[in-house]
Amino acid sequence: MSAISCELTVLEQTAPAADIRRLAVQWQDRSHEPHAGQFYMLRAWAADATPLLSRPISVHDFDERTGALTFLYQVKGEGTQKLAALKAGDTLTVTGPCGNGFDAAALAKAGKIAVVGGGIGTAPLLLLCKALARAGARPDLYVGFRDEPYGLEAFVPWCASINLATDSGVQGHHGLVTDLLNPADYSLVLTCGPMVMMRGVAKLCAAAEVRCLASLEGKMACGLGACLGCTCHTKVGPKTVCKDGPVFDAQEVFEL
Amino acid sequence: MSDLHVDFLGKRLAGPVVGASGTFGFGPEYADIEDLRLLGGISGKGLTLHGQPGNSGERLYETPSGLMNSIGLQNPGVQHFIDHELPAMRQCGTTVWANLGGHTIEENVQGVEMLCAAGVDFIELNISCPNVKQGGLAFGIRAADASEVVSAVKKVCTVPLIVKLSPQAESIPEMCKAVEAAGADAISLCNTFQACAIDLEKCRPVFSNTFAGLSGPAIRPIALRMVWQAVGAVSIPVVGLGGILTGRDALEFIMAGAACVQVGTANFMDPKACTRITTEIGQWMDAHGVKTLEEIRGCARG
Repeated sequence: MSAISCELTVLEQTAPAADIRRLAVQWQDRSHEPHAGQFYMLRAWAADATPLLSRPISVHDFDERTGALTFLYQVKGEGTQKLAALKAGDTLTVTGPCGNGFDAAALAKAGKIAVVGGGIGTAPLLLLCKALARAGARPDLYVGFRDEPYGLEAFVPWCASINLATDSGVQGHHGLVTDLLNPADYSLVLTCGPMVMMRGVAKLCAAAEVRCLASLEGKMACGLGACLGCTCHTKVGPKTVCKDGPVFDAQEVFEL
Repeated sequence: MSDLHVDFLGKRLAGPVVGASGTFGFGPEYADIEDLRLLGGISGKGLTLHGQPGNSGERLYETPSGLMNSIGLQNPGVQHFIDHELPAMRQCGTTVWANLGGHTIEENVQGVEMLCAAGVDFIELNISCPNVKQGGLAFGIRAADASEVVSAVKKVCTVPLIVKLSPQAESIPEMCKAVEAAGADAISLCNTFQACAIDLEKCRPVFSNTFAGLSGPAIRPIALRMVWQAVGAVSIPVVGLGGILTGRDALEFIMAGAACVQVGTANFMDPKACTRITTEIGQWMDAHGVKTLEEIRGCARG
């Protein structure tokens, strides 16, 4: 599904954690609906205002019935600070849905599935778990956070189990999320999080000969495959994170 | 209603705005975003004969009103473009500008032969990419070097040949005169400005190549000065580009004498920039009783 560019209205913005925001907007175009793993280029400022580039933010949730489109993001710099200032009724410009995303219907046929997330990398995993559950493959969720976890309650209806690790030990296993995961128990592992975490997951999966798909992040200008600013050098040649990805076969992108 | 068409090198462009190379893919990327039939053309991602993976490390960096890039001419190669991208580019409903930047004269000649045989509307010969070590900008600094490659390419080029210049040419007027004398049918300028950024935390340049190309509104007035100089130096058409974000920006280039304009970085600030700018030009013309672009082209020169 190709991307369109339009202005949307904010339904609500909440703060699940100090530097985390959940932004819900009203999606209008029924012929271009997003699926799990896709993202949008968000811009809550004028074309001639700073920062120059729009910010790529993954789809956290989408309600096909109401068209409510939700993003979960971390406030880091000028762009996300401007997004964080949005209030209900405000408008923003979005381009999307962008990227390949996860083909949940096809993946659900794989058998037993583990979904592994770290920090704000859990954002695209909610819609993924939901889509897998609806396709009859309720996954086991493994999540790692530095400290207090956020957003996990939303996963409860869609996951067979939720396995939590924190760096600080404040909740769940005191250590890495990869300590909890045994890929041999699964026929497919889907992951999104810090590169170091995803590389660890990919390594475990390679050793267990289990297929692993990883959703990458990239600095990008267009989000459409036009600028080649987000190119990722894979074993099968250069690929755009924005259009060929963000979901890749982990074996292709990580040196294991 | 104003008439926005441009007669350019024997073709009729629907409007004066062309998507600039490196910012517009090969066109289909924007097909669902805006009506590409309103554009004057699409200049495709810069090609090299054999293709290349582009640069490693950071490729993008934002500056005040600007964007630095170090893509390094990542492209699939001329034959892959002809087989896989050109058919869809032709379906975009606008003119096809194949942008080519060879590492050697021989590569440029061979690439142009292949592209002309495959059927493109224009060749835009890029002698101005700042992000590749060999070729690219090497032809774009000294007028004599540019003249040599343009003459060689012109001999085999069966479609109109546009030569895209670098702002780093030793002298813009001398460079323009040299490529005109060597057979260029038009000139486009300018490509990005070589620039630098330092990562304070790493105490190193942001880009692996140290320098990268700066584009966007930050460089627009300098680009406009260069387009002014180019128009004054040659009698062939000049395509103006550099930081155009609005219809008013584009009109400045046209009043300086540009035949048409290209829009690049603005596509990243507003994916509908090309069509929005086209609309804004028309609105300005309507408000000022200007019926055709011909009436105002070069009017600022007195």
